[in-house]
Amino acid sequence: MTSRREFLASTGLAAGALALASRRLEAAESGSPILTATTEPDPQVRVLLMEALNAAKLAGASWADVRVQRQRRQNLGTREQQVTNVLDTDTIGCGVRVLVDGTWGFSATRALTTDGVARAARQAVALARANRVARDREVRLAASPAHPNATWKSSYTVDPWSIPVEEKVQLLLQANAAAQRVRNVRFVNSSLQFVKEERSYANSEGSVISQDVVRSWVTMSITAISDDRRQVATRGPEVVQPAGRGWEYVLEADIVNNATVWAEQAREKLTARSVEVGRWDLILHPSQLFLTIHESIGHPTELDRAMGYEANYAGTSFIAPPDTVLGKLKLGPEHLTIRGDRSQPGALATIGYDDDGVQPDEFDIIKNGIFWDYQTTREQAEWLRPWYEKNNMPVRSHGCAYAQSWSDVSFQRMPNVSIVPDQRVDRSWNDLIAATDKGIAMIGRASYSIDQQRYNAQFGAQICYEVRGGKIVGQLKDVAYVMRTPEFWNSIDLIGGKSSYELGGTFNDGKGQPGQANAVSHGCPPCRFKDINVINTGVTL
Amino acid sequence: MSAHPFAREPKRLIAQREAARHGVLDEAVVLTRAECEDIIQRALRASKADACRVSVNSSYDTNVRFADNQMSTSGITDDASVSITSFVGKRSATVLTNDLTARGLETAVAQSEALARLAPEDPESLPELGPQRYVEIPAWFDSTAQLSADDRARAALTALEVSRRANDLQVAGFIECNASARAIGNSAGLFAFHRGTRANYTLTVRTADGTGSSWSGADENDWSKIDFRAMATRTIERARASREPRAVEPGRYTVIFEPQASADFLGAIRGTLGARAADEGRSAMAKPGGGTKLGERILDSRISLVSDPADAQILNAPFDNDGLPLQRETWVENGILKQLSYDRFWAQKQGVRPTGGGGGFGGGGGGFKMLGGDSSIDAMIRGTERGVLVTRLWYLRAVDQRTLVYTGLTRDGTFLIENGRISRSIKNFRFNDSPLLMLNKVDAIGPTVRTDGGVFPAIKARDFAFTSLSDAV
Repeated sequence: MTSRREFLASTGLAAGALALASRRLEAAESGSPILTATTEPDPQVRVLLMEALNAAKLAGASWADVRVQRQRRQNLGTREQQVTNVLDTDTIGCGVRVLVDGTWGFSATRALTTDGVARAARQAVALARANRVARDREVRLAASPAHPNATWKSSYTVDPWSIPVEEKVQLLLQANAAAQRVRNVRFVNSSLQFVKEERSYANSEGSVISQDVVRSWVTMSITAISDDRRQVATRGPEVVQPAGRGWEYVLEADIVNNATVWAEQAREKLTARSVEVGRWDLILHPSQLFLTIHESIGHPTELDRAMGYEANYAGTSFIAPPDTVLGKLKLGPEHLTIRGDRSQPGALATIGYDDDGVQPDEFDIIKNGIFWDYQTTREQAEWLRPWYEKNNMPVRSHGCAYAQSWSDVSFQRMPNVSIVPDQRVDRSWNDLIAATDKGIAMIGRASYSIDQQRYNAQFGAQICYEVRGGKIVGQLKDVAYVMRTPEFWNSIDLIGGKSSYELGGTFNDGKGQPGQANAVSHGCPPCRFKDINVINTGVTL
Repeated sequence: MSAHPFAREPKRLIAQREAARHGVLDEAVVLTRAECEDIIQRALRASKADACRVSVNSSYDTNVRFADNQMSTSGITDDASVSITSFVGKRSATVLTNDLTARGLETAVAQSEALARLAPEDPESLPELGPQRYVEIPAWFDSTAQLSADDRARAALTALEVSRRANDLQVAGFIECNASARAIGNSAGLFAFHRGTRANYTLTVRTADGTGSSWSGADENDWSKIDFRAMATRTIERARASREPRAVEPGRYTVIFEPQASADFLGAIRGTLGARAADEGRSAMAKPGGGTKLGERILDSRISLVSDPADAQILNAPFDNDGLPLQRETWVENGILKQLSYDRFWAQKQGVRPTGGGGGFGGGGGGFKMLGGDSSIDAMIRGTERGVLVTRLWYLRAVDQRTLVYTGLTRDGTFLIENGRISRSIKNFRFNDSPLLMLNKVDAIGPTVRTDGGVFPAIKARDFAFTSLSDAV
């Protein structure tokens, strides 16, 4: 174990921290943000980070990290020509994570004083100590270089908080009006959601990292009702994919013009034909396929799931145990490669440094159709040491540690998990339709469900087009495909090219106990899957 | 400006810090009624809007997680936040902050007013409620609030020690305890306060060969009501019994849902009781062609569904987000739809009494309960020639809101019943079925059990639609 002097020296920042008396960290008179994360941490925040690390060490931690995080959210909601919701939230606090004798402890507080964060640190240590009696194996962390004074900012250009609420709401109401002008459209809901995180992180190995993250999402749900009030059809609410970008992304989505298109699709769905049960070729648009990637490849390749760490909640994985599947399990044809990253500009899981202080890398999860690697944190990378050493790969975390807020402990969360477009032919959505004799082209995510080991899944879509002889001939309804994951991915025969590649994603991927939400994107081109089992979900009450 | 009392640490925090220094963890740090009142009054005094509503939430959460026969993460979080809604004419906006200092409150009040002035008018805006009377709900238990980390670690050991000794088991579990206080006040003189505790324990036991899995859960306000050892024993037995499941053809089966499975599936009915969506013709409670199903028989005559914050199996806050008092509501009585859920606006528009909800359903305070019967699960099994016993369900998603058809899967113990006894463990099924259809085909109803998804009995029902097989264990 390091001595106190070494522990403090490794942070390189301890001297000033210990001398400071307890004092409340408060916003400036102007109401300006407490944290200014694009530069190095605010000096007051740095004091708190160091105080927490020092207190953890003094209480007996062998390793510690601390996050001071300010999280702002804005939710604006409308229906038809009314505003239903204007909500701004702004919370800040500090979470301290420690290792004591190989056992984790975590404590979080909103008390941003030197006393407050030190108390949280001591509480985390006391918790780890109490839990030591029930631990079996020691936690070990894979090595990771320190990043002193690191900063990172996500790829937004216009801060959503710089735009008045009035302007934002007017945009939604204009889009609602455009949709309402389409015949049979009776109800329209729309919303804007913005997140801004100012994350400051330090650990006992000397990393001090500040990051500035913005996420934005605009949704619309358009409901058409038939003249006899017997048919109801909805397009949305995920008509636009969320992004790790700012207000500029909302404007680019052009919801006022697109609202008419989405509304017409909802109206057309009122007279859609009920699907014929059987085997169909599926052409899945990125706005639909991203969720299938997420559920059937993203989740089962989380290493904590494979090892049973999520057994009591999210479940385990069919891609396990690791030594029986790594380099062996065939999950697609040779031209299928699925990659994990936290670096695609505008993607939701993109970040400079994860909540272990690790700079994430890009890694192949499925390489040429074969399962190759799991998503990992520093704790988990050590579990794969034999596999990495055998293949001359570094024993390092892929940078997948994440906590949804200061009040939550970090654990393994999904990076962006994306299909690499076909490098040989640049096929488009229309090319895939033209190449299909009998198929269903599916757009937008709808009902989705998958078992706890990620074998059996059932997915719907917002819009399902029947394809006959290479052409769209009309909409179908009551469509869901049921799949067994390995067979499904092995049935992929056409992968679109890079010009048709799009990102899809969500703010709300749930995992863990207590539950946490992770924002994640998945990129893919449209793809075609052969002979998939399609059921009819329609019933009459 | 004088220093705000919450900028200083209360004495009890200092005492707890001393305790923590010695490895003893503290009792819950939750704002008292007087502290909440003080915060609300400070915010209301700072308000320059036509009307203002202030909500305070304070919580102390502790948890222990274990998996793979090993301690995993654990944590303690204390937080408090204040939410301020300012009304300017028919315009309004809400700002939430967890900075409870004088300056933090003033900034949030000013910001909510600024946002409200920018927001368009809401034609559905109603004046704030004046003072109301509330039932006192005894939801606070010191047995939960005063737990130490050692208590929780010892509880985790009840399962961990047995499984480590056994060699054929892998356990994962989660113990979560919470103490919280909630208050609402407004410029029309309303004040509401509620505090409560909650302890939730869930345990999964898998067999080391990867072919068996079982689960059990307990959800109580009072920690001392959870029998950790008994849960470990039962879950381990069930996990071993669930090994090597065989595939049985999907199709329509008589099912016996244990209370958690009932809650997982039937809880969906709660979301379809909103009056507005029914009146607008877009929910399962709307009649095709117009009107709602109010007054009609929609379920088996033995089915009654209620909400009641004072029910001994619920014990929730007796008010919604508007501060409207919540009382016992009978949604379905003996199969007949008696009541839909009205927020204040829709109630006024339709000329009926509001049931609470502030735009959503029930405000989260009233709970949801299906009244029970007297049939035991054993008796249900004995009376079943061929059927499926379901422990719990997983990943439920609506397929069609108008019919309430949901898809999802069975999980952690699915058994075939033949000739009045459990004959074997079977593979999990995916289903596509509606709670409204299931509750029209009921054979037997058991006593109610509180789960994390409401209070429900075990239910035996006919012709449940299992549509495909899952290989997941």
